[in-house]
Amino acid sequence: MNVFGDLLSGFGTVLSPEYLLYAAIGVTLGTFVGVLPGIGPALTIALLLPVTFSLDDPIGTFIMFAGIYYGAMYGGSTTSILLNTPGESASVATAIEGYQMARRGRAKAALATAAIGSFVAGTISTLLLSLLAQPVARLASTFRAADYFALALLAMVAVTALVGRSVVRGLMSLVFGLFLGLVGIDALTGQARFTFGTMELLEGVDIVVVIVGLFAIGETLYVASRLRHLPEHVHPLEPGSARHGWLTRDDWRRSWGPWLRGTAVGFPFGALPSGGADVPTFLSYTYEKHRARDRAEFGKGAIEGVAGPEAANNAAFSGVLVPLLTLGIPTSATAAVMLAAFQIFNLQPGPQLFDTSPELVWALIASLYVGNVLLLLLNLPLIRVWVKVLQIPRPILYAGILVFATLGVYAATGSVNQVFMAYAVGVVGFGMRHFDFPIAPVILGLILGPMMEVQFRRALLVANGDLSTFVTRPLTAVLLACAVLAFVVPYLPRIVARLRGRDSRDEPKKLVFAEDD
Amino acid sequence: MKDTVVRRPGRVVAAGMAAALLAATAAGCEKDTAGGQTGTGEVRYPTKTVQLMVPAAPGGGWDLTARTMQKAMTDGKLVDQSVEVYNVTGAAGTIGLAQLVSKNRGDAHHLMVMGLVMVGGVVANKSPVKLDQVTPIATLTAEQEVIVVPAASKYKNLKQLMDDARAAPASINWGGGSAGGTDQILVGLLAKAAGADPRAMKYVAYSGGGEAKAALLSGDLTAAVSGQSEFKDLVASGKVRALAVSGATGVDVGGGSPAPTIKEQGYDVELMNWRGVVAPPGIDAPTKEAVTALVDRLHSSESWKSALQKQGWEDFYKSGDAASTFFTSENQRITTVLTDIGLG
Repeated sequence: MNVFGDLLSGFGTVLSPEYLLYAAIGVTLGTFVGVLPGIGPALTIALLLPVTFSLDDPIGTFIMFAGIYYGAMYGGSTTSILLNTPGESASVATAIEGYQMARRGRAKAALATAAIGSFVAGTISTLLLSLLAQPVARLASTFRAADYFALALLAMVAVTALVGRSVVRGLMSLVFGLFLGLVGIDALTGQARFTFGTMELLEGVDIVVVIVGLFAIGETLYVASRLRHLPEHVHPLEPGSARHGWLTRDDWRRSWGPWLRGTAVGFPFGALPSGGADVPTFLSYTYEKHRARDRAEFGKGAIEGVAGPEAANNAAFSGVLVPLLTLGIPTSATAAVMLAAFQIFNLQPGPQLFDTSPELVWALIASLYVGNVLLLLLNLPLIRVWVKVLQIPRPILYAGILVFATLGVYAATGSVNQVFMAYAVGVVGFGMRHFDFPIAPVILGLILGPMMEVQFRRALLVANGDLSTFVTRPLTAVLLACAVLAFVVPYLPRIVARLRGRDSRDEPKKLVFAEDD
Repeated sequence: MKDTVVRRPGRVVAAGMAAALLAATAAGCEKDTAGGQTGTGEVRYPTKTVQLMVPAAPGGGWDLTARTMQKAMTDGKLVDQSVEVYNVTGAAGTIGLAQLVSKNRGDAHHLMVMGLVMVGGVVANKSPVKLDQVTPIATLTAEQEVIVVPAASKYKNLKQLMDDARAAPASINWGGGSAGGTDQILVGLLAKAAGADPRAMKYVAYSGGGEAKAALLSGDLTAAVSGQSEFKDLVASGKVRALAVSGATGVDVGGGSPAPTIKEQGYDVELMNWRGVVAPPGIDAPTKEAVTALVDRLHSSESWKSALQKQGWEDFYKSGDAASTFFTSENQRITTVLTDIGLG
């Protein structure tokens, strides 16, 4: 009852013309970047962070950010289907069947099942978020320093182990992030660390600088370095003539099951601290393939293979918001950037957020419903327009991004030193991409590292230096055990193979889910 | 607690750039940046835009103080020039302090809002720039501190808590705002007064009131220290109990009646989280007097008085020699206690 009252007042906030405009800007921008390969929601939100300083309106900003994320998921499906180039890693699974459908002239049906599936999943999962958020927040208010430490450790281990092909690379990225997080004044004692005696570093390394450097500048340098190997223009398939309708009765019959199952997989995976939308899309795809009556159709354009993953990636976002809003724990790169945005507005996501800023939280949740409706309206009729976006020449596009990134950092910090720092981080980011290091662990290290350190030291301080404080409370012990599991699980195939006495070289090295957020 | 350092660089820049631009134009038109001399030998002040620096992010206690000053000066027509507020964030205000000392030497049109938190920050952060380098003008407002325990706690009064702090310091987890800030200073002073070892006090620093609240309720903390208004809702709802306030007379912190002071409970400690205003170094005596006269007029203005009432700030006005003496004594007292705690 209470939840619906809160939610209604959230709708009251969002349905004002001003916030509807923010939502519309968000979903349009999101679809735009989702369509463009290589530019994801994390980068877009990072680029917009400096702009939002001057907005001075956290509610509008977060409504826009949520729109960007959802929009990117929709937009990603468009390129996956028409171009076989997933704009986002979360759309990779969609490309497998979607592109085949498009080649058989059924692009419209594929796009429709993706869009409607995203809508269905988005709506159901947002409903789940509304119902779950407060109970989880209430549970979280009993969390103590040791529990937060275990939770942060779990998030960090899970994300690093699951992202990218190599644990060593993931850990190296993470350590880089952790180091950046150490720079500045120590929260518990007020002493300066790694500042080399300069005033500029006392405040620590600005997270906006790192995000813009790694995502925008790093990506631009990387694309520039490979420009000769990339076609300047791309040639997508046509969405299909008017003769082929959207969804046939048979398509509907085959789609609704995968939509619901995709939602069921996506939401909890998003909420888990290993989250993001990538893993559940592959799980959904695999599951649909497994239970299909006509398995031979898979690989040749089975509509189930589009419906399931697309539902899963949208459902995952509402899932991601559960730990972000209630615990302040980001479970994906986009969530990490959003957490930075909260901190910029001096809001600390966590159990207190529902008491201190109920208006913001419920407006954000309500905006997800609104965003879903807007996206459905925006996407189905305008597919041809989005296809045009793909024809922007890459040099112009990335030059624009670079200009915007540089201006953004300067506007946000007012310091040329910080711009240099962003470029230095950008060069590091270029190197990381070139040598196949994952980017997300750096951001997570930078955000979760200081949190983990402070909570660890607080827990020890409170327990008079007794390390057993991390195993005596059941909650802490369970969380730490999960962290160990998350580290070991990716190696299970290899370990099992060893135990069976096979040569491990013939087996997959480890489970690889996806590249990045 | 109010003056915790937050990163909110946006408007800082806009204001900062505007300030730099204005300063540059002003310097171009006028040679004498310290103030114009009138025919009678008295210093005319201000002769150009007054730049008021907030050495913290927008939204905190210092920021509110500066913006209230700005409003009172312009509304009451105390100055015929405009007053601008800009923010320089970071490190308990010591970054702003360093900027005032290095960039604005001798320029009385640059003033900075500061307070007890900065006194502590200079010591705890080992700032290369010290507070005795600036020209003290006045103290303006102050807020009492409050010490609270959870409702279920066995401690009914301050004496029980301090007895345990002396006998078994490891059993008590103190919590409050940033390291070296007002809250930790109070714990240190209290420990000394109670005959306990300040260095043995376990103090857990949190970055904001919300975090310390959560930690007190989840059971991590035995007692929390904060600005008097921070725990009002929890005291009113009966979830926490206020043991003492740190001022000269008790105030109501949510319980409906004034909470007892620390002094009333037998410990010789009085600590106000005060805020004031300073000028850069290198200001001559007549100019300093002119600046002080302006702040005197500000303090007696109607606009300022009603603002005090509205914000719930205590009037804590000292100017001229009284201010200089107070700055020196606070500096000594805070440096000593932070050194005793082990942060100095």
